Amino acid sequence: MADIALAPRRAKTEIREASAWDQLRHNKNWLGFWFMLPAMAFLIFFLAYPLGLGVWLSFTDTRIGRVGHFIGTENYEWLWDDSIFWLSVFNTLLYTSIASAIKFAVGLYLALLLNERMPFKALLRAAVLIPFIVPTVLSALAFWWIFDSQFSIISWSLKHLGLITQNINFLGDTTWARICVIFANIWRGVPFVAITLLAGLQTVQPSLYEAATLDGASRWQMFRFITYPLLTPIIAVVMTFSVLFTFTDFQLIWAMTRGGPVNATHLMATLSYQRAIIAGQLGEGAAISSAMIPFLLAAIMVSWFGLQRRKWQQGESND
Amino acid sequence: MHDFTRRSLLQGGTALAATGMLTGPALLDFAKAWAQSAPWKAEPGAKLTVMRWKRFVPAEDDAFNAMVVAFKAATGTEMNVFSESFEDVQPKASVAANTGSGLDLAWGLHTLPQLFPTKVLKMNDVADYLGNKYGGWTEAAAKTCKQGNDWLGIPVATIGGYLTYRKSAVEKAGFKQVPSDFPAYLELCKALKANNTPAGFALGHATGDANAWVHNILWGFNGWTVDKDDKVIINSPETMKALDYAKALSETFIPGVASWNDSSNNKAFLSGELYLTSNGISIYVAAKDDPSKKELADDIDHALWPVGPIGKPTELQLAVPILAFNFCKYPNAAKAFIAFMLEKENFEKWLSGARGYLTHTLNAYDSAPVWTADPKNAVFGQASKRALPASGIGTPGEKAATAIADFIVVDMFANYCTGAKDGKTAMAEAERQLKRIYR
Repeated sequence: MADIALAPRRAKTEIREASAWDQLRHNKNWLGFWFMLPAMAFLIFFLAYPLGLGVWLSFTDTRIGRVGHFIGTENYEWLWDDSIFWLSVFNTLLYTSIASAIKFAVGLYLALLLNERMPFKALLRAAVLIPFIVPTVLSALAFWWIFDSQFSIISWSLKHLGLITQNINFLGDTTWARICVIFANIWRGVPFVAITLLAGLQTVQPSLYEAATLDGASRWQMFRFITYPLLTPIIAVVMTFSVLFTFTDFQLIWAMTRGGPVNATHLMATLSYQRAIIAGQLGEGAAISSAMIPFLLAAIMVSWFGLQRRKWQQGESND
Repeated sequence: MHDFTRRSLLQGGTALAATGMLTGPALLDFAKAWAQSAPWKAEPGAKLTVMRWKRFVPAEDDAFNAMVVAFKAATGTEMNVFSESFEDVQPKASVAANTGSGLDLAWGLHTLPQLFPTKVLKMNDVADYLGNKYGGWTEAAAKTCKQGNDWLGIPVATIGGYLTYRKSAVEKAGFKQVPSDFPAYLELCKALKANNTPAGFALGHATGDANAWVHNILWGFNGWTVDKDDKVIINSPETMKALDYAKALSETFIPGVASWNDSSNNKAFLSGELYLTSNGISIYVAAKDDPSKKELADDIDHALWPVGPIGKPTELQLAVPILAFNFCKYPNAAKAFIAFMLEKENFEKWLSGARGYLTHTLNAYDSAPVWTADPKNAVFGQASKRALPASGIGTPGEKAATAIADFIVVDMFANYCTGAKDGKTAMAEAERQLKRIYR
């Protein structure tokens, strides 16, 4: 008996407890972590690190070619009382809101138009993309000539038509300069909005329109109650991107006005470049860049929560 | 990057030969002899990457490249030269300084070496060698490159900026020449406007052109950004006088100056819409080279900046210093190349190639043939002597360079002249920014 009693006990000890390592080895989450690692490393190295470094720089007095010291929020405190900084914030908000709104309106209109049946449809759709294809700097240079104070083709034409006697001071007058850069941005940004919305329009099932037609819906009602609700998720994504691109615009402004006249078209991005790279004050420039983050986050949040809500997605009050 | 093929060399050679330059074999012989006796012997297998600003006058580039080739042949140093537009030189040099790689020499603008004094190779021996041999350096050039007793770079030249005007327009306005005092100068601009032959000076973010004329006026009224101890003194009655004068002057300008960058006035002048402006010699050179603009070229002349109540020249000229980084692996080759460029056999030819666009900073070159080859060049020969450092009476250095680069003075004038801000606010704003930089 004693033998028998002993034997199973010995057998039992052979089944050892699963060690922590065993558990880990068979843990799917652990395995998953390793699969994620390359992507994570990629994101950290190329996205999080530069962003973090930028934010860190904004708390230092780093100058180009010299390591800085931590100075707390001094850069921000200084910017808080800097009228040029606030002017650039105002300009950026003005630029973004007006340009985005018009880009949306024109883009949606173009998308609806291109969604209709018409001759040379494919060709027209391709043509709409042209402003998007031209490199930004080239189009900016073209606009710079179009709005030149002495050689503007617009002024020239109007003069020859006898409508004006003096060149229009396009880029030398603060109001005009703002209008010009916003116009250039709209010209450049509309294709993106139009083509993406067009793609969205094509996903709307024709049967819905047929049903609506049978019910005697007008064109406006069809747009309002079918097209628009089904398009909202796309609109949210497109407008988020559009706002982000516009808010961080740099090339157009830099090539056309350098932020002038008298800083009337300085955006946060151009001011940041001027202070950080041209004038060498990396810390302060980084602070201006970092100050853009809250605005950008807000823009992302709006669309994020918008996308979460079914009301937005489906146009009904069933959230 | 330039690839020195036989063809490009031949082309360069012919262009140089046309202006009577030392070129081809003769230049090479000189280079070889020089390399034998020079105080700096290029390290064997040395390689230098040189960044320079993009030339405005092609012949200047040709002369520069010919020197590079001769240096390469005489010393065996591998030379890799590339050029960047004005705006990009400083950011790229800064990045090289920050990362400690990429460039060995940078030929840039204003007080470039002062932006990173800890990253440059001290050039004291080169400066002494050249200074002793060629009659010393002009004051502003030396100040621009020196920190204490150390030379952070070598002031290769100055890109002179002076008044370019149409003789016929100035005569029609009732003046024999551009007046040299502020009140008469204003009268001239008023008369030019009345005749519909207006003057125009950039008020936009034009590094060269805008800074030049506003500093001439600010300093001319004895207004300064900082005093000799670097205390900010911009907010002063003198500055206010300068602002008022500039405003009166700007009311006579052609419309659109607030949007002008450095090339705007060139275009407007050459198209015959602008009759008086500030610029390098490039407008005249462009007119001379265009057969269809012969009349215009004949009508163009140059004048010195007017002198303000302060009673002495107050000119901000664009210095073009060259520097070598201290992480350059071949410091002797770098020093040798810089010294080689400034030797008489090279430099006078180079000045001729630049056709007045570059002004010497070594006094002995006052007699360089370029200044007498065309009498209209002569004005530009004085640029290095009449200039003040970019810091005015303050210490030249990175703070002064930052203030210029951030357009603080230009914006102050633009704010007041365009009516965007009143004088007190414009000055207070500039003062606040300057105090931050000079903290």
